Amino acid sequence: MKLLFEKHKEGRRNFLCSKTCAPQVKPLDAKYRRAKDTLLPSLSELEVVRHYTNLSRLNYSVDTNFYPLGSCTMKYNPKFTERVASLDGFAAVHPLLPQLSGGGVLTQGSLEVLYEAERLLSEITGMEAFTMQPMAGAHGELTGVMLIAAYHKDRGSRRKFVIVPDSSHGTNPASAAIAGYQVVVIPTGKDGYMDLEEYKKKLSDETAAVMLTCPDTLGIFNPHIKEIADLAHKAGALVYYDGANLNAMLGKARPGDLGFDVVHINLHKTFGTPHGGGGPGAGPVGVGPKLVEYLPISRVVRRNDGTYALDYQARKTIGYIAPFYGNFGVILKAYAYMLRLGKEGLIEAAEMAVLNANYVRAKLKSRYDLPYDKNCMHECVFSAARQAKNGVHALDIAKYLIDKGYHPPTIYFPLIVKEAIMIEPTETETKETLDEFIEVMIGIADLAEKDPASVKAAPLHMPVKRLDETKAAREPNLRWRP
Amino acid sequence: MSYVPHTKEDKTEMLKAIGASSIEDLFKDIPKALRAKSFDLSQGMSEFEVTEHLKRLAAKNAISLVNFVGAGFYDHFIPAAVDAITSRSEFYTAYTPYQPECSQGWLQAIYEYQTIICELTGLDVSNASLYDGGTALYEAAMMAIRATGRNKIIVDSGVNLIYRTMLYSYTSNLSIEFVEIPVIHGQSSRDELIRNLDDKTAAVILQNPNFFGAVDDHSDIVGRVHKFGALAIASVYPVSLGILKSPGEMGFDIATGEGQSLGIPLSFGGPYLGFISARKELVRQMPGRIVGATVDMDGKRGFVLTLQTREQHIRREKATSNICSNEALCALRAAVFVALLGRDGLKELAENNYRNAEFAKDVLSKVPGVEVKRSSPTFNEFTLRLPRSADEVVRKMIDKGFASGFPLGKFYNGMDNYLLVAVTEKRTKEEIKKFADSLEAVL
Repeated sequence: MKLLFEKHKEGRRNFLCSKTCAPQVKPLDAKYRRAKDTLLPSLSELEVVRHYTNLSRLNYSVDTNFYPLGSCTMKYNPKFTERVASLDGFAAVHPLLPQLSGGGVLTQGSLEVLYEAERLLSEITGMEAFTMQPMAGAHGELTGVMLIAAYHKDRGSRRKFVIVPDSSHGTNPASAAIAGYQVVVIPTGKDGYMDLEEYKKKLSDETAAVMLTCPDTLGIFNPHIKEIADLAHKAGALVYYDGANLNAMLGKARPGDLGFDVVHINLHKTFGTPHGGGGPGAGPVGVGPKLVEYLPISRVVRRNDGTYALDYQARKTIGYIAPFYGNFGVILKAYAYMLRLGKEGLIEAAEMAVLNANYVRAKLKSRYDLPYDKNCMHECVFSAARQAKNGVHALDIAKYLIDKGYHPPTIYFPLIVKEAIMIEPTETETKETLDEFIEVMIGIADLAEKDPASVKAAPLHMPVKRLDETKAAREPNLRWRP
Repeated sequence: MSYVPHTKEDKTEMLKAIGASSIEDLFKDIPKALRAKSFDLSQGMSEFEVTEHLKRLAAKNAISLVNFVGAGFYDHFIPAAVDAITSRSEFYTAYTPYQPECSQGWLQAIYEYQTIICELTGLDVSNASLYDGGTALYEAAMMAIRATGRNKIIVDSGVNLIYRTMLYSYTSNLSIEFVEIPVIHGQSSRDELIRNLDDKTAAVILQNPNFFGAVDDHSDIVGRVHKFGALAIASVYPVSLGILKSPGEMGFDIATGEGQSLGIPLSFGGPYLGFISARKELVRQMPGRIVGATVDMDGKRGFVLTLQTREQHIRREKATSNICSNEALCALRAAVFVALLGRDGLKELAENNYRNAEFAKDVLSKVPGVEVKRSSPTFNEFTLRLPRSADEVVRKMIDKGFASGFPLGKFYNGMDNYLLVAVTEKRTKEEIKKFADSLEAVL
C-alpha cells in the first residue's frame, strides 16, 4: 500500500481545522518560527479514513483471528469497557484538577475508580497495597526494583545483585540492570524448575532480590516457590513476582501468600484490556507490608467521610514514576472487567485458561517435542526440534500458520527452549477453535516429514511474503523521505 | 459469569483427552499449603449493572468547567475520525507486530508515525513510542550518558517539574550528577548554563515552550553545548511545532515530548504518548521498538521490527532500555490526528492557539491588578501575576465555572501569586471575555 506521504497532493486541504473566528493579533517573531515547512501530507478526510481502514485489514487481531501468542494472554477484550472509558466524564478530565486548591471535589469519580481497583488487586494477589502508576509490565518491574533498592538503602545495605532464572522474561534482567543492579542468572534444571542447588550457591548477603515468574515462562508452577522465597528472606533479600502469568492463578494461589514482597500485574493480560498493537498496557505494582512506605507518590486515600484524596506525605517514597496516576483509561477498563466477572468469573477464567492449554498440550504432544513434559498452567511450550531435523524450524511453522489464518504462538522465547513454540490459548477460545488449530498443527507435522519445502515456502497468501530482515537491519530505512 | 464459551460436554471431553479427572486435578501441582488464603471478591455483575455503576462515578467528575489548565497537558479538540479509526479492533486487539506478514497494517502505521515525529521535530529517526513525555525524557538522558560515556546532566528549570522529578527518581541509584539552571524572567539563564558546561557534561536538557509558556530559540546554547562534546536534548510540545522552530533546526541531538496534544484525551493522566527522535548517529542508543522498511522475497516493499539487538528480549541486561509494551495505539491516534490536519492544518491549529492566547493576554491585561508577564514571547500558555494568592483565586474561579490555570507556587518558590494560563484553540472569545470578567469579580 502507498504511504500517507505518497498520497500527498499540493493544494489539497482538509477543512477540519478551519476556524473563522481566530482573533487577529501581532504575529510571532520570525526568529522563533520554523524556517522550513514540514513534509506532512495534505489529504482529504476520506483519503485518511480509507488509508487507515485498509491498513487495519492487513492485521491479525484477537477479534479476527485465533491469537495464541504465549506469554501475552491474548484473551477477548469486552467491548463495553471501551464504551465506559470513552465517557466524557472520564476521558475529558484534566489530571491536574484534583491538585488545584479547591479541586479535591472535582474528580471524586476517577479517584474512586483508582482506589477501588487498588483494593480489588490487593485482594486478588494477597498484597498490602498497590501503586496504579506503572504504565506497562516492564515499567512495573522497574518500579518494583526501585522499591527494593529503596528498602535496602534505608537499611544501610549495599546489596549489588539481582537473581533471575534463565527462563525469565528479558525485561526482568533489563529492569534490574537499569535500576543499577548486576544480574545473576540461575539455569533451569532438567525437571523444568530453577536449579535449586545453583540458586543456593549464588544467594548471598549481597543479593538484593530474586525475580521470579509464577507460573514460570514454561507454563509450569514451581512447587518449590515458597522454599525459594524463604531462602531469599533468610539471606535478607526480597522476592519479586512477575505477574505476566497471573491469569492461571486467579483464586488458586496468591503471590502474597507465597511470600512475595513485590508483584507487578499486566492489566492488559489478565484483566482483559486490549493490547493496542503494542500498548498502552498498565503494570500496577503491589507490595507487602515491608515496602508500603516506599511506594511512589501520589497515593489515593479514602477519608473517614467516604471521600477520596491524593496523599503526597510518604517521607520515604521513591518519588514520581509517572506524571500522574498511571494509565487511567486502562485501569478503568480493568476495573470494569473485574466487577463484571466477580469472584466466580475470575476463577472460571483461570480454570478454563488452564483447561484449554492442557488440552492443546495433550493433543499435540505425540507430534511435537515437549521438553518439559508436565501438567501445564495457562500455556505450554513445545519444541520444533523434531521437525527441524527435516529443515522445518519453528519460524517456518509460524509462517505456515499465518497462511492458515492463525496468529502464530510465541517462537522467540523462552530462550532456553530451542525451536520454542509457546502456545497460550486463553480461556475465551472455544473447543472448536482449538480443535481446528490442533488439526492444522498436526497437518504441519505431517508436511514436515513428507514435504518440508511446502512449509518453508509459507506464507503465500498474505500481503507480503517473507521479508528481508537482514536488509532492514543493515540498511536502516526508518522513515519516509521524498 | 465470564466470557468463557465452554459447555459441560466440552469440559468433559477435554478433561478426558487430557487424562484428568476434574478441573481441580489440573491444579494439583500447586500444593495445598500454597493455595489462596482468601479471595474475597463480590459476585459478578451484568454488563448493564457495571455500566450504570461507572456512569454514576463518571458523573461525580466535574467536566463542565471551562478549562484554562495546561501545564504540559492540553485540552485540544479531537476529530471524530481519530476515534473511528482507532476503534477498529483490527488495530486495538492486535499486539506488538512480531510477525510482519500478518501485521503489515500496524507496521506501516508505525513507520508513518515515525516519519511524522521526525518531520515535526526536524530529526532523523524515531521509534514506535514510549510511555509518556517524562519517561521519554529519562530515556533521552540515558541515551546521552551511554553515547558520551559521561555522567553529568544539566537541566534547565524551565523543564516541567513533573519530568524533572521523574528523571531524578529513576536515576536515584545511578551515579549521575544533575545541575539545575534557574530561570530568570521566564527564560533560560544562558550565562549560568554555559558556566556549568564542562568535559564531564553528557547533555543539556531544555524545554520549548518552557513550563512558563515562553518560546525561545536555543540555537546559541546548542552551539556551545556541542563545543564541549555534549548532547542537547529538547523537550517539546508537538502542537506548537506547527509553527515553532523545530529542535532539528536549532541543532538539538534528541527531541522528546508528550504526544497527548495530538488527538489523545486528557483521561485523568493516561494513557498518553511519549515520543522521541534523534540524529541518525544515535539510532543504536534508541530505546524500544523501531520499524524499518525492507522488501519481501519478490522485491515488494514491506515493514518489519528492526535493530532489535538493542532490545530486552534479545540483549536482556545489556539492552538499551527495559521497555516492552509501549503506547502504540496512542501513537496511532497521533498519526491519524496529524494526517487529518495535514501540513497546512497543523500550522493553522498552532496559529489558532497562538492567536487565542495573545487575544487572552490583551483581555486579561485590562483586568485591574492583573499583570500579564511579557518578558518573552509565548505560544498558547502564559503567566499572570495576581494581586493575591493564585491558589485562592483558582478556588474561587471554580465556583464561577472555570478551571482557571495552574498556580506556579506549587512548583516554584516565591511564585505564590503567579498563575499559568493555557488557551487552546477550543476557547472562544466569549469564554475568554467571561474568564476575564470572572477574574475581576473574584480579585
